[in-house]
Amino acid sequence: MWKQIEGSRAVAETVAMCRPQVICAYPITPQTHIVEGLGEMVKSGALAGCEFLNVESEFGALSVAIGASAAGARTYTATASQGLLFMAEAVYNAAGLGLPIVMTIGNRAIGAPINIWNDHSDSMSMRDSGWIQLHAESNQEAADLHIQAFRLAEELSCPVMVCMDGFILTHAYDRIDVPLQQQVDAWLAPFEPRQVLDPAAPVSIGAMVGPEAFSEVRYLAHHKQLQALDRIPEISGEFLEAFGRESGGLLRPYRIEGADTIVVALGSVTGTIQEAVDELRADNVAVGSISICSYRPFPLEAVGRALSDAKRVVVIDKSLAPGLGGMLATDVQMALSARRQRVYTVIAGLGGRTITKASLVKLFLQARADALESVTFLDLNWDLVNRQLSREMATRRSGPAAENILKDLGALPSKI
Amino acid sequence: MPFYQIKFYQTGTFTVGNRLLEDSDRAVQSDVKRSNALNSGHRACQGCGEALGARYAVDAAMRASGGNLVAVNATGCLEVFSTPYPETSWQVPWMHSLFGNAAAVAAGVAAAMKAQGRTNVRVIAQGGDGGTADIGMGCLSGMFERNDDVLYICYDNEAYMNTGVQRSGTTPAGARTATTPSVGSQPGNVFGQGKSVPLIAMAHGIPYVATASVANLHDLEYKVEKAVPIHGARYIHIHVPCPLGWGSEPHDTIKVARMAVESGLFPLFEAEFGEVTERTAIRRRQPAEEYLKLQKRFAHLFRPVRDEERIAAIQGIADRNIRRFELENGGAS
Repeated sequence: MWKQIEGSRAVAETVAMCRPQVICAYPITPQTHIVEGLGEMVKSGALAGCEFLNVESEFGALSVAIGASAAGARTYTATASQGLLFMAEAVYNAAGLGLPIVMTIGNRAIGAPINIWNDHSDSMSMRDSGWIQLHAESNQEAADLHIQAFRLAEELSCPVMVCMDGFILTHAYDRIDVPLQQQVDAWLAPFEPRQVLDPAAPVSIGAMVGPEAFSEVRYLAHHKQLQALDRIPEISGEFLEAFGRESGGLLRPYRIEGADTIVVALGSVTGTIQEAVDELRADNVAVGSISICSYRPFPLEAVGRALSDAKRVVVIDKSLAPGLGGMLATDVQMALSARRQRVYTVIAGLGGRTITKASLVKLFLQARADALESVTFLDLNWDLVNRQLSREMATRRSGPAAENILKDLGALPSKI
Repeated sequence: MPFYQIKFYQTGTFTVGNRLLEDSDRAVQSDVKRSNALNSGHRACQGCGEALGARYAVDAAMRASGGNLVAVNATGCLEVFSTPYPETSWQVPWMHSLFGNAAAVAAGVAAAMKAQGRTNVRVIAQGGDGGTADIGMGCLSGMFERNDDVLYICYDNEAYMNTGVQRSGTTPAGARTATTPSVGSQPGNVFGQGKSVPLIAMAHGIPYVATASVANLHDLEYKVEKAVPIHGARYIHIHVPCPLGWGSEPHDTIKVARMAVESGLFPLFEAEFGEVTERTAIRRRQPAEEYLKLQKRFAHLFRPVRDEERIAAIQGIADRNIRRFELENGGAS
């Protein structure tokens, strides 16, 4: 059913159709509208048979989810940014225990400096936690991915994060085809747990494992991700058949035929990248792009194949690995390790910095001329950086860097 | 133990006198059909108060729930000694997640049971004092405040024993631990304000809070059996001596626990909705010193010179408990 609604609302309505039995909520911008929506549905009775817990922290939220999932309930929560870091210990724990929790990440920067706007630092910090991480390009895909996520999670007994860009998606109103309850019911079977806390058949879950078996248990986590690599495209195909639209999958190529330069990115920036590609293609500039939906497991082979004919690859990383460059770029390089292609890392969109089509067009042209640094910071205000560096050189007690830069800029933080 | 009018111990001893009771009132542990929820073969130390307390508590919970019990465990001694992979001592569905989240995980289990219409399944969470009073306090308080349908049992051995006896929020004043060594002019733990989790639990106004001791196992079972059927958040705080960490003799575990009770240092009481409803009167009051002397963690208070001031301060804590909880006069026996 077509609706003109906020991305968060679309996700809330779709999650509700997946009939979760336990939802835990702790507020953090920008995911709050999702759990607010679900809370209202539980309280009004629209979402029946579901317990909604207002917990005391994100650590508590995921811990409640762990208990609920282990007791056989379909379980959902959502978080972002600092919240994801605050629950980090439980994030690894849920994956280690193999509990098929689905969690939405409204992707947001991590402080300090505190910043509520979008980038991918939060989910990137948990990329090796053992969770499957799916990135949505659009609000339609964000909603659809949740249905697929429950299926994937429960099949493999592995938790899944659905990552959607904070504000850019969560707060954007779009025309969205929200599925019907009977469609979801027909597609998503009730949760049949692989392990469950049940007095009728007692098991111990969470035993201590020493060196004699730890590697084997950990290998199984890797194996699950490899299985997911097969199942993600299949589930996306099954979803297409049932719902009539493409959503999910490992990655999505865009005009890569004959492209000598291919841009790789995650999430909502894909739309802007595709417009930049269209503009350049209109001028006969042979560029293309791929957007990766499945960041974990990382589709090494599919990425390598999609990029095989390109002379160079530009990776747009909406997160920074200080001292290295970009995390997505590092993974892409691994996919290309057998080939001799230039890979440019472009750090862009940090803390909500707008990534404009104009900047991207200019960037892609520079890349085609091989005039980029191996790690480039898109639209970085070098004057501002250099003035702070010279302040630090000039005096020992130069003060807090973020505040100095804001003062120098003469801008209110809210206007940046 | 307020439940019984008759005193059935033999003269001069603290023996429970189980054989003098009606069958229905006998200890869960005396029943051949007890569940042995924490089975033999685990790796606890000799004289472990926590293993003893947990066996009595969980078996009592099993009886009270008709075997419909799920147990969640914080990281700690109880978790480590009971489940070295691939073995487990637990004869109940049991789960360990993390150190600081047992209350939240149990709340999740309870929520799942409610969503599935299985409220006959009772849920307990267990943790040591570190997992309860310190790192787990946030999740515990949240569970209390929401009045989740969970019975949380804290086995308090007054330090982080599993990691090698470091100070916790419940380590008593003056006690030596690995991080409050008996050196310097003020050896041992600081004389702070203390941290009473039972009182914190009561401040949440939850339906049931109790303290218990392995020195009074029948009372411990009684409190667990009373707590299990109540719906909402419940808390039982059990004092469990640790021979390794306290430097007491393994065969003295019960004696040490009893001295804590009889000196007033560990008051036994029950509270409902934030009000103390019952307290166990001290039968033969002992000076705090007699409790301290049994434990090497307090040895520096007596040697090389007697630290009168700090021994008196500890006695003051005991006296205050006795006044506050009315343990000498007016308490039920």
